[in-house]
Amino acid sequence: MHPIRRQRLQWVALIVVAASIAAALMAYMLGQNASYFYAPSQIVAGEAPIGVNIRAGGMVVEGSVDRSMDSLEVSFIVTDGLENLQVTYSGILPDLFAEGEAAIAAGKLDSKQILQATQVLAKHDENYMPPEVADTISEAYQRKQQHQPEPQEALQ
Amino acid sequence: MIAEFGHAALIIALCLALVQAVVPMLGSFVGQRSWMRLGYSLAVGQFLFVAVSFACLAAAFLADDFTLKYVAQNSNTELPSYYKISAVWGAHEGSLLLWALILAGWSAAVALFSRALPLPMGGRVLSVLGAISVGFGLFLLFTSNPFARLLPVALLQGADLNPLLQDFGLIVHPPILYMGYVGFAVPFAFAIAALIGGQFDAAWARWSRPWINLAWMFLTLGITLGSWWAYYELGWGGWWFWDPVENASLMPWLVGTALMHSIAATEKRGVFRSWTLLLAIFAFSLSLLGTFLVRSGVLTSVHAFAADPQRGVFILIFLAIVIGGSLMLFALRGPAMQKVLAYSGWSRELMLLTNNVLLVSAMTMILVGTLYPLIADVLELGKISVGPPYFNFFFVPLVIGLLVAVGIAVTTRWRKTEGRLLLQKGALPLVISLLCALVAPLFLGADRSFSSYSAGAALSVFLALWVLATITSDLKDKIGTDLTRVAKFSRSYLGMQLAHTGLAVCVLGVGLSVAYDESRELRMQPGDSAQIASYQFQFVGIDRIPGPNFIAHRAEVRVLQQDRLVTSLFPEKRNYNAGGQVMTEAAIDPSLARDLYVSLGEPLGGNTWAISLQVKPFVRCIWLGGLMIALGGLLAAMDRRYRRQTRVVSAAKGTAL
Repeated sequence: MHPIRRQRLQWVALIVVAASIAAALMAYMLGQNASYFYAPSQIVAGEAPIGVNIRAGGMVVEGSVDRSMDSLEVSFIVTDGLENLQVTYSGILPDLFAEGEAAIAAGKLDSKQILQATQVLAKHDENYMPPEVADTISEAYQRKQQHQPEPQEALQ
Repeated sequence: MIAEFGHAALIIALCLALVQAVVPMLGSFVGQRSWMRLGYSLAVGQFLFVAVSFACLAAAFLADDFTLKYVAQNSNTELPSYYKISAVWGAHEGSLLLWALILAGWSAAVALFSRALPLPMGGRVLSVLGAISVGFGLFLLFTSNPFARLLPVALLQGADLNPLLQDFGLIVHPPILYMGYVGFAVPFAFAIAALIGGQFDAAWARWSRPWINLAWMFLTLGITLGSWWAYYELGWGGWWFWDPVENASLMPWLVGTALMHSIAATEKRGVFRSWTLLLAIFAFSLSLLGTFLVRSGVLTSVHAFAADPQRGVFILIFLAIVIGGSLMLFALRGPAMQKVLAYSGWSRELMLLTNNVLLVSAMTMILVGTLYPLIADVLELGKISVGPPYFNFFFVPLVIGLLVAVGIAVTTRWRKTEGRLLLQKGALPLVISLLCALVAPLFLGADRSFSSYSAGAALSVFLALWVLATITSDLKDKIGTDLTRVAKFSRSYLGMQLAHTGLAVCVLGVGLSVAYDESRELRMQPGDSAQIASYQFQFVGIDRIPGPNFIAHRAEVRVLQQDRLVTSLFPEKRNYNAGGQVMTEAAIDPSLARDLYVSLGEPLGGNTWAISLQVKPFVRCIWLGGLMIALGGLLAAMDRRYRRQTRVVSAAKGTAL
């Protein structure tokens, strides 16, 4: 083989190997650090893994926010309209967190199906709802519709 | 009335852009010099009309013209007038108009200051810029018209600007960031013109370099300001979140940085030619991608203010045309530009190549991490978010490699450097930085002992000192015994050293603030106090205070160090009248060595509040470093070389005429 061509081939081989290693590493790290979003009804149905970083969210149920009297422990319930999920968190809640509003919590699910949140995110302004929560609620609504007779049909 | 005027001006600007895109390009092929020259006046004209349009929108904001939907949604009669002006670019439509204005501004600047370019080249550059303007003009007028009316008038007061954005940071951050984003349109246009014309030599590189430096300078400044704004305005005390929108600005910056280095080799040695072209294409493509990510509402991100799929589809098509078209052109023409030149061993070329490989790798992994959730969502693999550990895992080692390379590169020569010389020059800086790095954490730690020894701090001190020491040693060699030589240093050399110094300062800030950050979130009532690092924070009390368009709860927190009062801090919780929004206003006592950061959480009944107390050592070095990097870019862009060449060429043209 021509020496220049061999040198080029070596370079190409090196680049291919390096790129493959980098790609494999990226895929692995993405797998390790990607957290999936689950709706409360998915969690209640047992679809979410326990002890793994996940995110969950929905509307914060009115009257469910319970602050501890002597620490920053707080617990609240989020719902997608079908099922409820209990969330516990320690720390300051975001400014836009409120009962009856959308929120997303990130953390690990414990064996009692309580989400031990390490981070709570609330929607960003008064008009905006996180797409996950919006989708979750509309999906839950559709499922509810499928299980119940259509109200319009019932009326007719 | 004034809105119609602005609308009309925008339409006229679009028509001018259309002619600017078509006529000079055609002229360059058929050899009509007057057609090519038309691009210059059209670019200036287009800028004037977009500026008029922008001024009209600003006037509508100042006059509280709530018949305009955009004004009604983003302003309020109570808003102070400087925020009314900044509200012009506070949301989607106005920020795109700003985009268009800045693009027209860059085009006009090229038209005015690049008269020395050969006519076909200049005409084509302006034509490409015109084509981009057309794309954005259409986007504005058809999907995001800021002059759309809202009739009948529903809001007498206006909905108000998002309180997060009522801040000095918002006045300056978006325009500067956009100057950077859009600025990469200029090297992109130069690259496309070079590919079309087949002219790609050292002269081309010299024409493009100052534009690249300027755009890059603005982008650096914009990112720095954005990080600073997030730090003091969001109330969490974080300065980088690996948020998709931040990533969207970091990606073009990384490629832009690679481009600056690659084009240096192209100009000086004629190597990496097609690679430089490719980087110029990618830098602008990533800027467009950033606009798409931020402005289409595809992201689940703290920045996603707007959500409208129609706009997303438009930008996606625009993106496909720009990236697809330019890559196609590159595939056809690019390889022919390559010129094989010899370089070997520890040459400066090799170090610049290393720089490029590391920067482009960093960009790639950020791109993958940012787009993966979107792709997974489209493929219905689930709703995913990628956390900071992914980004840190790759970014930190790449940056370490980069900093090591910066120190070596300063010493290398073009073509070939003797290994012996490298050892000779590098040994002392290496020893000094290693020794200091090993010892420094003993003095920086909280209790000055081995138990608080931080390996991360040692590593960042080493990297920063390694860069600083090699720079110092290089300066010492160049100055020798004759101090007057400093005056003879070129601005691009000084700019490079300043930017690299800034990088070291920034790394020091990042490393030390991460290593020694101390923060606690507490439940406090008046009279309570807490100890963070060596500081004692006393919660004195809380008051209700009215602001111009909000009512605030304002706490007083006294900070003492060894029973001596350091400062009193007044963090606020603001309730905005118009939208009923709540905002945290952190109180910060800044200094170079440490920031004291206090923010109010939520009221917990009575006078008890959740309070976040933080001590952040050296955090300010992050933004100081960013500023130095940006200044370095500016200094390099002002190098006399670029202007001298302009003068020589125009003189030559003068004699020819």
